[in-house]
Amino acid sequence: MKKLLTVIITTGMMIFTVSPVWSEDSDLFSNAGGIESLRGQVEVSTVNSAEILKREPKDQQLIDRNYVQQPPLIPHTIRGYQVNLNANKCLSCHSFKNAGDMGATKISVTHFITREGTTLSDVSPRRYFCLQCHVTQADAKPLVENTFTPVDSLR
Amino acid sequence: MLKLLKRLWVIMKSPSTASMGFILVIGFLGGIIFWGGFNTGMEATNTEAFCSGCHAPIVKEIRETIHYSNRSGVRAICSDCHVPHNWTDKIVRKVQASKELVAFAMGTISTEEKFKERRAHLANREWQRMKENNSQECRNCHQFEYMDFSEQGKRSVSQHSTALASGEKTCVDCHKGIAHQLPNMEGIEGW
Repeated sequence: MKKLLTVIITTGMMIFTVSPVWSEDSDLFSNAGGIESLRGQVEVSTVNSAEILKREPKDQQLIDRNYVQQPPLIPHTIRGYQVNLNANKCLSCHSFKNAGDMGATKISVTHFITREGTTLSDVSPRRYFCLQCHVTQADAKPLVENTFTPVDSLR
Repeated sequence: MLKLLKRLWVIMKSPSTASMGFILVIGFLGGIIFWGGFNTGMEATNTEAFCSGCHAPIVKEIRETIHYSNRSGVRAICSDCHVPHNWTDKIVRKVQASKELVAFAMGTISTEEKFKERRAHLANREWQRMKENNSQECRNCHQFEYMDFSEQGKRSVSQHSTALASGEKTCVDCHKGIAHQLPNMEGIEGW
């Protein structure tokens, strides 16, 4: 009787330890329906190693627009530029008043229009925070392939 | 009282019985201790900890700027920019600063709200000071003669090789708020 019990327990334990024959990766892969995320096939709890930090190039050529309504990109670094209630560093070069002296691109008059359609004499509050639309570009490779082609007028 | 003063005067005037050597050694050592103590005391008022006693919000602001955190790890503290390095100028500034002790006693900027209200006044005064001394405290580290235009961004070159080179403008004319949040810039030249 005692012998039989030991045999049952050991067989049971053997089945239990050997049973996961499939690897964890293939299980995850099949669960995801064969799709791999940018993060790779790893458990949610696994922390990926961080990408190397990307740098903003100090000065670039003007960056062409890819679609007509695209806010132009910022082709220079903007570290420490303050845009807040007290000051707007961007406008110290790009405003109508200063653009000429600084050799900078003027902001367009569309920035003077309020949401009711009234044209003001200076930047409309809704257009004051430049970085809501205009952004710098880091020196980074695209994460996925992109086949986007601009419209004819921009090509 | 007058009698006491008279006696002191006599003591001070009459030659002492101590040897000349002894008097010289005492005077020399006393001088070292006094001068060392004076300098140490003055250095203590140049530390960040001392400045932040009153200007606490400002000390916090510098942390995200390039004068605190940057690629090479060289950093500037308050006194590097706000206290002249040249000895005579430093003494003049320190004497002027004794006025700030009154402000401390009165609690002129004792809260963050009070400080924000006074920020424009403080900033304007400091900009004026630096304009008058040709941004000397900037130039203690950033010397025009050693600027390599080939290493600068094209926007920097276009300003430095013209307005700065000709002496028409000085550093602080453009570089405002490089280590602090700016006050309301309405009406300030160039803004």
